[in-house]
Amino acid sequence: MYTQAMDTMGKDDGDKPRALRSTDEMALQERFDARIDAGEFIEAKDWMPEHYRKTLVRQISQHAHSEIVGMLPEGNWISRAPTLKRKAILLAKVQDEGGHGLYLYAAAETLGTSRDQMIGALHAGKAKYSSIFNYPTLTWADVGAIGWLVDGAAIMNQVPICRCSYAPYARAMIRICREESFHQRQGFESLLTMMTHGTAAQKAMVQDAVDRWWWPSVMMFGPPDDQSPNSAQSMRWGIKRVSNDELRQKFIDAAVDQAKVLGVTLPDPDLKWNETRQAHDHGPIDWAEFWRVIGGDGPCNRERLAARIAAADEGAWVREAALAHARKRRPAEQAA
Amino acid sequence: MSENRLEEAGQAKDPRQPVDPAAAEWPLWEVFVRSKAGLDHKHCGSLHATDARMAIQMARDVYTRRQEGSSVWVVRSDQIVASDPADKDMYFDPAEDKVYRHPTFYVLPKAVDHM
Repeated sequence: MYTQAMDTMGKDDGDKPRALRSTDEMALQERFDARIDAGEFIEAKDWMPEHYRKTLVRQISQHAHSEIVGMLPEGNWISRAPTLKRKAILLAKVQDEGGHGLYLYAAAETLGTSRDQMIGALHAGKAKYSSIFNYPTLTWADVGAIGWLVDGAAIMNQVPICRCSYAPYARAMIRICREESFHQRQGFESLLTMMTHGTAAQKAMVQDAVDRWWWPSVMMFGPPDDQSPNSAQSMRWGIKRVSNDELRQKFIDAAVDQAKVLGVTLPDPDLKWNETRQAHDHGPIDWAEFWRVIGGDGPCNRERLAARIAAADEGAWVREAALAHARKRRPAEQAA
Repeated sequence: MSENRLEEAGQAKDPRQPVDPAAAEWPLWEVFVRSKAGLDHKHCGSLHATDARMAIQMARDVYTRRQEGSSVWVVRSDQIVASDPADKDMYFDPAEDKVYRHPTFYVLPKAVDHM
Protein backbone atom coordinates (compact mmCIF):
# COMPACT_ATOMS: atom_id res chain seq x y z
CA MET A 1 0.00 0.00 0.00
CA TYR A 2 2.96 2.29 0.48
CA THR A 3 3.80 1.20 -3.02
CA GLN A 4 0.57 2.87 -4.19
CA ALA A 5 2.44 5.72 -5.83
CA MET A 6 5.41 3.59 -6.89
CA ASP A 7 3.78 3.04 -10.25
CA THR A 8 4.16 6.71 -11.06
CA MET A 9 7.91 6.10 -10.80
CA GLY A 10 9.61 5.79 -14.16
CA LYS A 11 7.67 8.74 -15.48
CA ASP A 12 10.42 11.14 -14.36
CA ASP A 13 13.69 10.83 -16.28
CA GLY A 14 15.79 10.56 -13.15
CA ASP A 15 14.00 7.35 -12.23
CA LYS A 16 14.87 5.27 -15.28
CA PRO A 17 17.42 2.57 -14.45
CA ARG A 18 20.49 3.39 -16.46
CA ALA A 19 22.46 0.82 -18.44
CA LEU A 20 25.36 -0.87 -16.63
CA ARG A 21 28.68 0.78 -17.35
CA SER A 22 31.49 -1.65 -16.71
CA THR A 23 32.35 -5.32 -16.18
CA ASP A 24 33.08 -4.53 -12.51
CA GLU A 25 29.57 -3.24 -12.10
CA MET A 26 28.17 -6.29 -13.89
CA ALA A 27 30.04 -8.55 -11.46
CA LEU A 28 28.67 -6.59 -8.49
CA GLN A 29 25.17 -6.79 -9.98
CA GLU A 30 25.47 -10.55 -10.40
CA ARG A 31 26.64 -10.99 -6.81
CA PHE A 32 23.80 -8.79 -5.63
CA ASP A 33 21.19 -10.79 -7.58
CA ALA A 34 22.63 -14.03 -6.20
CA ARG A 35 22.37 -12.73 -2.65
CA ILE A 36 18.73 -11.72 -3.23
CA ASP A 37 17.93 -15.11 -4.77
CA ALA A 38 19.55 -16.84 -1.79
CA GLY A 39 17.24 -14.89 0.52
CA GLU A 40 20.13 -12.94 2.05
CA PHE A 41 19.69 -9.53 3.63
CA ILE A 42 21.19 -6.35 2.23
CA GLU A 43 22.58 -3.95 4.86
CA ALA A 44 23.16 -0.22 4.62
CA LYS A 45 26.79 -0.22 3.49
CA ASP A 46 26.49 -3.13 1.02
CA TRP A 47 26.75 -2.46 -2.70
CA MET A 48 23.33 -2.18 -4.32
CA PRO A 49 22.03 -1.13 -7.74
CA GLU A 50 21.19 2.57 -7.84
CA HIS A 51 17.61 1.78 -8.84
CA TYR A 52 17.20 -0.57 -5.83
CA ARG A 53 18.38 2.24 -3.57
CA LYS A 54 16.07 4.81 -5.21
CA THR A 55 13.07 2.48 -5.06
CA LEU A 56 13.62 1.88 -1.35
CA VAL A 57 14.19 5.54 -0.52
CA ARG A 58 10.91 6.35 -2.19
CA GLN A 59 8.94 3.49 -0.65
CA ILE A 60 10.31 3.80 2.89
CA SER A 61 9.98 7.59 2.97
CA GLN A 62 6.42 7.43 1.64
CA HIS A 63 5.65 4.82 4.27
CA ALA A 64 7.07 7.17 6.93
CA HIS A 65 5.07 10.13 5.57
CA SER A 66 1.92 7.97 5.72
CA GLU A 67 2.45 7.28 9.43
CA ILE A 68 2.93 10.95 10.29
CA VAL A 69 0.06 12.25 8.14
CA GLY A 70 -2.00 9.35 9.52
CA MET A 71 -1.79 10.95 12.96
CA LEU A 72 -4.00 13.81 11.74
CA PRO A 73 -7.41 12.19 11.07
CA GLU A 74 -7.39 10.37 14.42
CA GLY A 75 -5.64 13.19 16.28
CA ASN A 76 -8.78 15.15 15.45
CA TRP A 77 -10.72 13.01 17.96
CA ILE A 78 -8.33 13.02 20.93
CA SER A 79 -10.04 16.05 22.46
CA ARG A 80 -13.49 14.66 21.60
CA ALA A 81 -13.18 11.03 22.76
CA PRO A 82 -16.30 10.00 24.70
CA THR A 83 -14.50 8.57 27.77
CA LEU A 84 -11.13 8.84 29.50
CA LYS A 85 -10.39 5.22 28.58
CA ARG A 86 -10.96 5.89 24.88
CA LYS A 87 -8.93 9.08 25.08
CA ALA A 88 -5.95 7.29 26.64
CA ILE A 89 -6.18 4.51 24.03
CA LEU A 90 -6.33 7.02 21.18
CA LEU A 91 -3.38 9.01 22.58
CA ALA A 92 -1.33 5.80 22.78
CA LYS A 93 -2.26 4.82 19.23
CA VAL A 94 -1.46 8.23 17.73
CA GLN A 95 1.81 8.32 19.67
CA ASP A 96 2.64 4.90 18.19
CA GLU A 97 2.01 6.21 14.67
CA GLY A 98 4.44 9.07 15.33
CA GLY A 99 6.98 6.56 16.56
CA HIS A 100 6.45 4.35 13.50
CA GLY A 101 7.13 7.31 11.24
CA LEU A 102 10.39 7.90 13.11
CA TYR A 103 11.50 4.24 12.78
CA LEU A 104 10.90 4.51 9.04
CA TYR A 105 12.65 7.86 8.56
CA ALA A 106 15.62 6.33 10.39
CA ALA A 107 15.57 3.31 8.04
CA ALA A 108 15.33 5.56 4.96
CA GLU A 109 18.26 7.68 6.17
CA THR A 110 20.52 4.61 6.11
CA LEU A 111 20.19 4.76 2.31
CA GLY A 112 21.79 8.19 2.08
CA THR A 113 18.82 10.54 2.09
CA SER A 114 18.28 13.16 4.80
CA ARG A 115 15.25 14.01 6.91
CA ASP A 116 15.11 17.52 5.42
CA GLN A 117 15.18 16.09 1.87
CA MET A 118 12.34 13.70 2.61
CA ILE A 119 10.19 16.31 4.36
CA GLY A 120 10.95 18.78 1.57
CA ALA A 121 9.73 16.29 -1.03
CA LEU A 122 6.51 15.70 0.91
CA HIS A 123 5.81 19.41 1.31
CA ALA A 124 6.55 20.08 -2.35
CA GLY A 125 4.01 17.42 -3.33
CA LYS A 126 6.71 15.23 -4.91
CA ALA A 127 6.48 12.47 -2.33
CA LYS A 128 3.15 10.80 -1.62
CA TYR A 129 1.51 9.19 1.38
CA SER A 130 -1.19 6.54 1.50
CA SER A 131 -4.45 7.68 -0.15
CA ILE A 132 -6.50 6.61 2.87
CA PHE A 133 -5.41 9.56 4.99
CA ASN A 134 -7.05 12.01 2.63
CA TYR A 135 -10.49 11.13 3.98
CA PRO A 136 -12.15 12.99 6.89
CA THR A 137 -13.07 11.54 10.30
CA LEU A 138 -16.63 12.77 10.65
CA THR A 139 -17.85 10.88 13.74
CA TRP A 140 -16.47 9.00 16.75
CA ALA A 141 -17.31 5.74 14.95
CA ASP A 142 -14.78 6.70 12.26
CA VAL A 143 -12.01 6.19 14.83
CA GLY A 144 -13.15 2.61 15.42
CA ALA A 145 -13.62 2.00 11.68
CA ILE A 146 -10.07 3.22 11.01
CA GLY A 147 -8.69 0.85 13.64
CA TRP A 148 -10.64 -2.12 12.28
CA LEU A 149 -10.30 -1.55 8.53
CA VAL A 150 -7.38 0.80 7.89
CA ASP A 151 -5.00 -0.67 10.48
CA GLY A 152 -6.26 -4.12 9.48
CA ALA A 153 -5.24 -3.45 5.89
CA ALA A 154 -1.92 -1.98 7.05
CA ILE A 155 -1.13 -5.09 9.09
CA MET A 156 -1.86 -7.31 6.12
CA ASN A 157 0.50 -5.25 4.00
CA GLN A 158 3.22 -4.92 6.62
CA VAL A 159 3.67 -8.53 7.72
CA PRO A 160 5.27 -9.63 4.41
CA ILE A 161 7.57 -6.58 4.48
CA CYS A 162 9.12 -8.02 7.67
CA ARG A 163 10.94 -10.27 5.17
CA CYS A 164 12.02 -7.46 2.86
CA SER A 165 15.52 -7.92 1.46
CA TYR A 166 16.66 -4.54 2.78
CA ALA A 167 17.32 -5.33 6.43
CA PRO A 168 16.89 -1.90 8.09
CA TYR A 169 13.39 -1.69 6.55
CA ALA A 170 12.59 -5.28 7.57
CA ARG A 171 13.73 -4.65 11.16
CA ALA A 172 11.68 -1.45 11.40
CA MET A 173 8.68 -3.39 10.11
CA ILE A 174 9.07 -6.13 12.75
CA ARG A 175 9.05 -3.47 15.43
CA ILE A 176 5.99 -1.82 13.86
CA CYS A 177 4.03 -5.08 13.50
CA ARG A 178 4.51 -5.87 17.19
CA GLU A 179 2.86 -2.56 18.07
CA GLU A 180 0.23 -2.54 15.34
CA SER A 181 -2.00 -5.37 16.49
CA PHE A 182 -3.46 -3.37 19.40
CA HIS A 183 -4.42 -0.67 16.87
CA GLN A 184 -6.77 -3.01 15.06
CA ARG A 185 -8.11 -4.66 18.23
CA GLN A 186 -8.97 -1.37 19.93
CA GLY A 187 -10.88 -0.16 16.85
CA PHE A 188 -12.85 -3.36 16.51
CA GLU A 189 -13.60 -3.42 20.23
CA SER A 190 -14.81 0.18 20.14
CA LEU A 191 -17.24 -0.63 17.31
CA LEU A 192 -18.33 -3.86 19.01
CA THR A 193 -19.14 -1.94 22.20
CA MET A 194 -21.37 0.46 20.27
CA MET A 195 -23.05 -2.33 18.28
CA THR A 196 -23.66 -4.44 21.40
CA HIS A 197 -24.60 -1.82 24.01
CA GLY A 198 -25.30 1.29 21.95
CA THR A 199 -28.43 3.18 21.12
CA ALA A 200 -30.06 2.90 17.71
CA ALA A 201 -28.43 6.19 16.76
CA GLN A 202 -24.98 4.91 17.77
CA LYS A 203 -25.44 1.71 15.76
CA ALA A 204 -26.46 3.79 12.76
CA MET A 205 -23.34 5.91 13.28
CA VAL A 206 -21.17 2.78 13.17
CA GLN A 207 -22.84 1.54 9.98
CA ASP A 208 -22.40 4.97 8.38
CA ALA A 209 -18.68 4.97 9.22
CA VAL A 210 -18.26 1.50 7.72
CA ASP A 211 -20.13 2.62 4.59
CA ARG A 212 -17.65 5.48 4.13
CA TRP A 213 -14.39 3.69 5.01
CA TRP A 214 -14.89 0.32 3.26
CA TRP A 215 -14.02 1.17 -0.35
CA PRO A 216 -11.10 3.52 0.49
CA SER A 217 -9.67 0.71 2.67
CA VAL A 218 -9.99 -1.78 -0.18
CA MET A 219 -8.13 0.72 -2.41
CA MET A 220 -5.27 0.93 0.10
CA PHE A 221 -3.67 -2.13 -1.50
CA GLY A 222 -2.99 -0.16 -4.66
CA PRO A 223 -3.95 -0.68 -8.28
CA PRO A 224 -4.73 -4.16 -9.65
CA ASP A 225 -1.68 -6.30 -10.45
CA ASP A 226 -2.11 -5.85 -14.19
CA GLN A 227 -1.89 -2.08 -13.72
CA SER A 228 1.17 -2.14 -11.46
CA PRO A 229 4.15 -2.19 -13.84
CA ASN A 230 6.78 -1.69 -11.15
CA SER A 231 5.60 -4.58 -8.98
CA ALA A 232 7.60 -7.14 -10.94
CA GLN A 233 10.93 -5.40 -10.30
CA SER A 234 10.09 -4.92 -6.60
CA MET A 235 9.25 -8.63 -6.33
CA ARG A 236 12.48 -9.57 -8.14
CA TRP A 237 14.42 -7.62 -5.54
CA GLY A 238 12.59 -9.03 -2.54
CA ILE A 239 11.13 -5.64 -1.61
CA LYS A 240 7.58 -6.67 -2.37
CA ARG A 241 6.66 -10.23 -1.40
CA VAL A 242 2.93 -10.50 -2.10
CA SER A 243 0.94 -8.90 -4.92
CA ASN A 244 -1.65 -6.13 -4.45
CA ASP A 245 -4.57 -8.30 -5.51
CA GLU A 246 -3.54 -11.20 -3.29
CA LEU A 247 -3.34 -8.97 -0.21
CA ARG A 248 -6.60 -7.28 -1.11
CA GLN A 249 -8.38 -10.62 -1.39
CA LYS A 250 -7.04 -11.78 2.00
CA PHE A 251 -8.26 -8.53 3.56
CA ILE A 252 -11.75 -8.78 2.08
CA ASP A 253 -12.15 -12.42 3.14
CA ALA A 254 -11.11 -11.62 6.73
CA ALA A 255 -13.30 -8.50 6.90
CA VAL A 256 -16.47 -10.30 5.78
CA ASP A 257 -16.30 -12.61 8.82
CA GLN A 258 -15.39 -9.74 11.14
CA ALA A 259 -18.35 -7.68 9.85
CA LYS A 260 -20.68 -10.55 10.74
CA VAL A 261 -19.40 -10.53 14.34
CA LEU A 262 -20.00 -6.78 14.51
CA GLY A 263 -23.42 -7.00 12.96
CA VAL A 264 -22.68 -4.44 10.23
CA THR A 265 -23.12 -4.80 6.49
CA LEU A 266 -20.35 -4.01 4.01
CA PRO A 267 -21.47 -1.58 1.29
CA ASP A 268 -20.90 -4.02 -1.58
CA PRO A 269 -23.99 -5.84 -2.87
CA ASP A 270 -21.75 -8.06 -5.04
CA LEU A 271 -19.83 -9.57 -2.11
CA LYS A 272 -20.38 -13.29 -2.39
CA TRP A 273 -18.49 -16.44 -1.43
CA ASN A 274 -17.13 -18.21 -4.50
CA GLU A 275 -16.85 -21.94 -3.78
CA THR A 276 -14.49 -22.58 -6.72
CA ARG A 277 -12.04 -19.81 -5.83
CA GLN A 278 -12.51 -20.39 -2.07
CA ALA A 279 -12.65 -16.61 -1.73
CA HIS A 280 -15.19 -13.79 -1.83
CA ASP A 281 -16.09 -12.22 -5.15
CA HIS A 282 -16.56 -8.49 -4.84
CA GLY A 283 -17.97 -5.57 -6.78
CA PRO A 284 -16.01 -3.23 -9.05
CA ILE A 285 -13.59 -0.80 -7.38
CA ASP A 286 -13.84 2.83 -8.47
CA TRP A 287 -10.24 3.31 -9.60
CA ALA A 288 -11.04 6.77 -10.92
CA GLU A 289 -11.60 7.86 -7.30
CA PHE A 290 -8.30 6.26 -6.26
CA TRP A 291 -6.27 8.09 -8.92
CA ARG A 292 -8.06 11.34 -8.17
CA VAL A 293 -7.31 11.09 -4.45
CA ILE A 294 -3.70 10.02 -4.93
CA GLY A 295 -3.28 12.78 -7.49
CA GLY A 296 -4.23 15.45 -4.94
CA ASP A 297 -7.97 15.82 -5.37
CA GLY A 298 -9.35 13.88 -2.40
CA PRO A 299 -11.52 15.43 0.36
CA CYS A 300 -8.62 16.37 2.66
CA ASN A 301 -5.40 16.47 0.63
CA ARG A 302 -4.91 20.22 0.88
CA GLU A 303 -5.85 20.26 4.57
CA ARG A 304 -3.43 17.43 5.43
CA LEU A 305 -0.48 18.97 3.60
CA ALA A 306 -1.22 22.43 5.00
CA ALA A 307 -1.23 20.99 8.52
CA ARG A 308 2.17 19.35 7.98
CA ILE A 309 3.70 22.46 6.42
CA ALA A 310 2.34 24.66 9.23
CA ALA A 311 3.80 22.28 11.83
CA ALA A 312 7.21 22.40 10.17
CA ASP A 313 7.19 26.17 9.68
CA GLU A 314 5.84 27.03 13.13
CA GLY A 315 8.31 24.70 14.82
CA ALA A 316 11.37 25.94 12.90
CA TRP A 317 12.38 28.46 15.57
CA VAL A 318 12.34 25.71 18.22
CA ARG A 319 14.61 23.45 16.16
CA GLU A 320 17.02 26.30 15.38
CA ALA A 321 17.08 27.49 18.99
CA ALA A 322 17.69 23.99 20.35
CA LEU A 323 20.61 23.50 17.97
CA ALA A 324 22.13 26.90 18.74
CA HIS A 325 21.76 26.27 22.46
CA ALA A 326 23.41 22.84 22.24
CA ARG A 327 26.32 24.20 20.17
CA LYS A 328 26.83 27.03 22.62
CA ARG A 329 26.99 24.68 25.61
CA ARG A 330 29.20 22.04 24.00
CA PRO A 331 32.68 23.62 24.48
CA ALA A 332 32.01 24.03 28.23
CA GLU A 333 31.03 20.34 28.56
CA GLN A 334 34.08 19.12 26.66
CA ALA A 335 36.39 21.17 28.88
CA ALA A 336 35.38 18.94 31.82
CA MET B 1 21.88 41.34 21.31
CA SER B 2 20.36 38.16 19.89
CA GLU B 3 22.61 38.37 16.80
CA ASN B 4 25.69 38.30 19.04
CA ARG B 5 24.44 35.18 20.75
CA LEU B 6 23.88 33.49 17.39
CA GLU B 7 27.39 34.47 16.33
CA GLU B 8 28.85 32.88 19.47
CA ALA B 9 27.02 29.69 18.64
CA GLY B 10 28.55 29.79 15.16
CA GLN B 11 25.17 30.38 13.59
CA ALA B 12 25.61 34.01 12.41
CA LYS B 13 23.74 34.40 9.15
CA ASP B 14 25.86 35.97 6.43
CA PRO B 15 23.51 36.56 3.48
CA ARG B 16 26.38 36.14 1.01
CA GLN B 17 27.12 32.58 2.15
CA PRO B 18 25.00 29.72 0.77
CA VAL B 19 23.23 27.95 3.63
CA ASP B 20 24.76 24.53 4.23
CA PRO B 21 21.74 22.27 4.74
CA ALA B 22 23.74 19.79 6.82
CA ALA B 23 24.62 22.51 9.33
CA ALA B 24 20.93 23.13 10.04
CA GLU B 25 20.01 19.51 10.71
CA TRP B 26 20.16 18.04 14.17
CA PRO B 27 22.96 15.47 14.50
CA LEU B 28 22.13 11.77 14.10
CA TRP B 29 22.48 9.36 17.02
CA GLU B 30 22.38 5.54 17.04
CA VAL B 31 20.33 3.94 19.80
CA PHE B 32 21.13 0.71 21.67
CA VAL B 33 18.66 -0.79 24.13
CA ARG B 34 19.09 -3.52 26.73
CA SER B 35 15.56 -4.84 27.18
CA LYS B 36 16.22 -6.90 30.30
CA ALA B 37 19.02 -7.31 32.82
CA GLY B 38 21.30 -10.11 31.63
CA LEU B 39 20.89 -9.36 27.90
CA ASP B 40 23.14 -7.37 25.56
CA HIS B 41 22.36 -3.90 24.31
CA LYS B 42 20.91 -4.23 20.81
CA HIS B 43 21.01 -1.62 18.08
CA CYS B 44 17.44 -0.62 17.35
CA GLY B 45 17.71 2.41 15.07
CA SER B 46 18.61 6.07 15.00
CA LEU B 47 17.17 9.48 15.81
CA HIS B 48 18.03 13.17 15.53
CA ALA B 49 18.74 15.15 18.71
CA THR B 50 20.74 18.26 19.57
CA ASP B 51 22.64 16.79 22.53
CA ALA B 52 23.15 13.65 24.59
CA ARG B 53 20.47 14.40 27.17
CA MET B 54 17.84 15.03 24.51
CA ALA B 55 18.99 11.91 22.65
CA ILE B 56 18.45 9.71 25.72
CA GLN B 57 15.01 11.19 26.43
CA MET B 58 13.93 10.77 22.84
CA ALA B 59 15.34 7.25 22.68
CA ARG B 60 13.07 6.35 25.58
CA ASP B 61 10.04 7.88 23.82
CA VAL B 62 10.75 6.39 20.42
CA TYR B 63 12.25 2.98 21.19
CA THR B 64 10.89 1.87 24.57
CA ARG B 65 7.15 2.59 24.51
CA ARG B 66 6.38 -0.96 25.60
CA GLN B 67 8.85 -0.87 28.50
CA GLU B 68 11.35 -2.86 26.47
CA GLY B 69 14.29 -1.01 27.99
CA SER B 70 16.16 -1.40 31.23
CA SER B 71 19.14 0.48 29.76
CA VAL B 72 19.54 2.84 26.80
CA TRP B 73 22.82 3.90 25.14
CA VAL B 74 23.04 6.64 22.53
CA VAL B 75 26.11 7.32 20.41
CA ARG B 76 26.55 10.04 17.82
CA SER B 77 26.52 8.23 14.46
CA ASP B 78 29.71 9.96 13.34
CA GLN B 79 31.51 8.50 16.38
CA ILE B 80 30.93 4.93 15.32
CA VAL B 81 33.79 3.16 13.57
CA ALA B 82 32.64 0.29 11.40
CA SER B 83 34.34 -2.30 9.26
CA ASP B 84 33.79 -1.93 5.54
CA PRO B 85 31.59 -4.73 4.16
CA ALA B 86 33.76 -4.70 1.03
CA ASP B 87 36.67 -5.81 3.21
CA LYS B 88 34.60 -8.63 4.67
CA ASP B 89 36.71 -11.33 3.00
CA MET B 90 39.98 -9.78 4.18
CA TYR B 91 38.91 -9.47 7.81
CA PHE B 92 37.08 -12.71 8.26
CA ASP B 93 38.52 -15.14 5.69
CA PRO B 94 41.60 -16.27 7.68
CA ALA B 95 39.32 -17.53 10.47
CA GLU B 96 37.48 -19.85 8.07
CA ASP B 97 40.41 -22.24 7.55
CA LYS B 98 41.42 -22.42 11.23
CA VAL B 99 39.32 -25.50 11.87
CA TYR B 100 41.08 -26.18 15.17
CA ARG B 101 38.90 -23.37 16.64
CA HIS B 102 35.91 -25.69 16.34
CA PRO B 103 35.04 -28.33 18.92
CA THR B 104 34.36 -30.94 16.23
CA PHE B 105 38.06 -30.94 15.24
CA TYR B 106 38.86 -32.98 18.37
CA VAL B 107 37.99 -36.67 18.53
CA LEU B 108 37.50 -37.84 22.10
CA PRO B 109 36.49 -41.13 23.73
CA LYS B 110 32.72 -41.47 24.05
CA ALA B 111 32.85 -41.37 27.84
CA VAL B 112 34.00 -37.71 27.76
CA ASP B 113 32.56 -36.60 24.39
CA HIS B 114 29.88 -34.48 26.04
CA MET B 115 32.52 -31.77 26.55
